[in-house]
Amino acid sequence: MDNKSNYSDDLKIIKKLMEDSSRFLSLSGLSGLFAGCLALAGAVAAHFIILKTKTSVLDGFLINLSFQESGKMKALLITDALIVLILALAGSFYFSYRKSLKKGLKVWTPISKRLLINLFVPLIAGGFFILLLFIANQWLLIVPAMLIFYGLALVNAGKFTYSEIFYLGITEIITGMLAGLFQESPLFFWTLGFGVLHIGYGLFMYRKYEG
Amino acid sequence: MKSVISGINKLFENRVRLGIMAILAVNDSYDFNNLKETLGVTDGNLASHLRALEENELILVNKQFIGKKPNTSYSISEKGQKLFRTHLKALEEIIRTQ
Repeated sequence: MDNKSNYSDDLKIIKKLMEDSSRFLSLSGLSGLFAGCLALAGAVAAHFIILKTKTSVLDGFLINLSFQESGKMKALLITDALIVLILALAGSFYFSYRKSLKKGLKVWTPISKRLLINLFVPLIAGGFFILLLFIANQWLLIVPAMLIFYGLALVNAGKFTYSEIFYLGITEIITGMLAGLFQESPLFFWTLGFGVLHIGYGLFMYRKYEG
Repeated sequence: MKSVISGINKLFENRVRLGIMAILAVNDSYDFNNLKETLGVTDGNLASHLRALEENELILVNKQFIGKKPNTSYSISEKGQKLFRTHLKALEEIIRTQ
């Protein structure tokens, strides 16, 4: 066998093994697209059905409602957000599973386990913190907290998958910080962070890696 | 040219060994079954190559129990990391100069 081709094959195999074993590459751009569309639908439902287009300034609007009405409204908004979260997660698992089948890769590997742990630690901590904000009635800090903790989770998970996830995380954190500075429009930042950014990211990833 | 060739390590001439080193170079640790699956080799084949690498102190072996099941995981040693990187560089150098 010719030495040269032997060495370059060696190198190719090494590079592929190092890449495949250290990063989860079955994440699909479709997950981002799907999550973004769900978030837009959730925002539309919140704006038109739950808040009845009155205003996007939650507190001002909620203060003028009776205690019972505002409690009901908050519960509806939280339910809306939770439905979006659960469906988006389910979608990302489904699209990853589909992509790994198509590429003949395993879904459940040491690296996908590490990815999930690194994603869910900040996410669960964030969920707990948001629950505290909810109990303390710190309503206006909930959306900034959602975006910042989600961004941190993505930055953390980015080490184990496409590096674009890291940058998406940074963008979510910045959006969350802006949402904290401009607290009068939480729904706008929620829609921007979870809707628009996801769709932009999803389209970019799909065209770059799957198109 | 002589210095490049000396970076090529005889121990890494086998594809399975090269594969093991590549995986361990980028992961803190990897267990036997996952190595077997990733590399697509038989138990006996993998075990013999792991033994050779262990005897040359290129990898570290960590035996433990997960529940009642014995689980053997492997990680790269400092010496292994250094030799593997040198080998990689030498491969790249050869391909570039030819």
